[in-house]
Amino acid sequence: MNVSTTLLGLLEPQPSHGYELKHEYDTLFGIGKPLSFGQVYGTLSRLERDGQIVMHDSAPGGGPERRRYVITSDGVTRLEQWLAAPEQPEPHLQAVLYVKVVLALLSDRPASAYLDAQRTAHLDRMRELTAMRKAGPLRRSLLADFGLFHLEADLRWMEVTMARLNDLRAEVVR
Amino acid sequence: MSVLLAARGVRKAFGTTDALRGADLEVRDGEILAVMGPSGSGKSTLLHCLAGIFPPDEGEVWFDGNRVDRLSEAGRTALRRTAFGFVFQFGQLVPELDALDNVALPLLLGGVRRGEAYAQAANWFPRLGLSELEHRRTGELSGGQAQRVALARALAVRPKVIFADEPTGSLDTLTGEQVMDLLVDVAREEGATVIIVTHDARVAAYADREVVVRDGLVSDFRAAAR
Ligand SMILES: Nc1ncnc2c1ncn2[C@@H]1O[C@H](COP(=O)(O)OP(=O)(O)O)[C@@H](O)[C@H]1O
Ligand SMILES: [Mg+2]
Repeated sequence: MNVSTTLLGLLEPQPSHGYELKHEYDTLFGIGKPLSFGQVYGTLSRLERDGQIVMHDSAPGGGPERRRYVITSDGVTRLEQWLAAPEQPEPHLQAVLYVKVVLALLSDRPASAYLDAQRTAHLDRMRELTAMRKAGPLRRSLLADFGLFHLEADLRWMEVTMARLNDLRAEVVR
Repeated sequence: MSVLLAARGVRKAFGTTDALRGADLEVRDGEILAVMGPSGSGKSTLLHCLAGIFPPDEGEVWFDGNRVDRLSEAGRTALRRTAFGFVFQFGQLVPELDALDNVALPLLLGGVRRGEAYAQAANWFPRLGLSELEHRRTGELSGGQAQRVALARALAVRPKVIFADEPTGSLDTLTGEQVMDLLVDVAREEGATVIIVTHDARVAAYADREVVVRDGLVSDFRAAAR
């Protein structure tokens, strides 16, 4: 998740304080991984330095928590570019798993045991996401679904790989 | 939790195919267990042995402290009718009957009086989101509705164990989710134990834990890790 552009997107509709942005971020996106205040205020000060947001007003006493920010036209441009640019369609996790499997085979370690352990971890996470999807509301259910479909794809890949470990060993081990 | 159902060293062959080669499994009372594994690995055969649909060639099957594999055919049939409920992928409803008849059927077979059987059967319809569908012919139900009627039929005898073999296999994602939500919720309310055979990880994620069947053997990686 790109925190700075996401905060820009949350800030665009109306001027907001850091704690309001954090609350909104956590509610909408921060599944089990809320933003820290340090992250929020650090990100806001970088956005301000880069001219993408400016201070709208500030309650007396100074301190970052009293400032209300508003997006600038540079900020809107950056947000729009980010929204329009497709993400790298790269399956990050799968690459790591693939590397582990190949290294295990090369070093004669138990690749299938690693994959079994990974499946258990994946299913634990899928169980949490299933509970989250069920609890709702819909915006969180759909986020949970996104995670579930991706983890399911990983598991399918692991199953296929597991079934072909001997062939893969023969191919990579010299 | 105590062990309600167990397979010990269960072997089963069909001709020259060894479907189960010494399968071991323990299912605790009230738990929801997913049985995963590739197609042809022996999942359905294991389910059928546990449920007393056919006896194993070798090994023991236990239910509630008794040997299922030692029961006569009649004994197994009686056990299935009183203590077990079944949900399969498709084709389990009687097409000539309406939905309510289908749900009442296992109660009638179990000797419940007609009026009582229909009254009990009717109770399941609102619980499973099937109100107003009591008198639909099963051919006039959508896939998800038919599967919920099948679930009601499985639950009608208030079984100790529900055996579900690929219960969402013929449904799309959303409809499958509705069926799984209902299956899990109602089973928990009823205190029933559930065994779900599935190759679908999204379905398995509804269970409390999973085992994997491969080449006729059961692996329990969670037990191994404990
Ligand atoms: N009634 C049967 N007659 C012959 N072979 C069977 C029969 N039932 C299952 N098998 C074989 O036993 C193996 C395990 O089948 P099954 O338990 O249905 O697997 P799964 O449910 O995991 O797909 C497969 O090789 C299958 O072809
Ligand atoms: Mg099967």
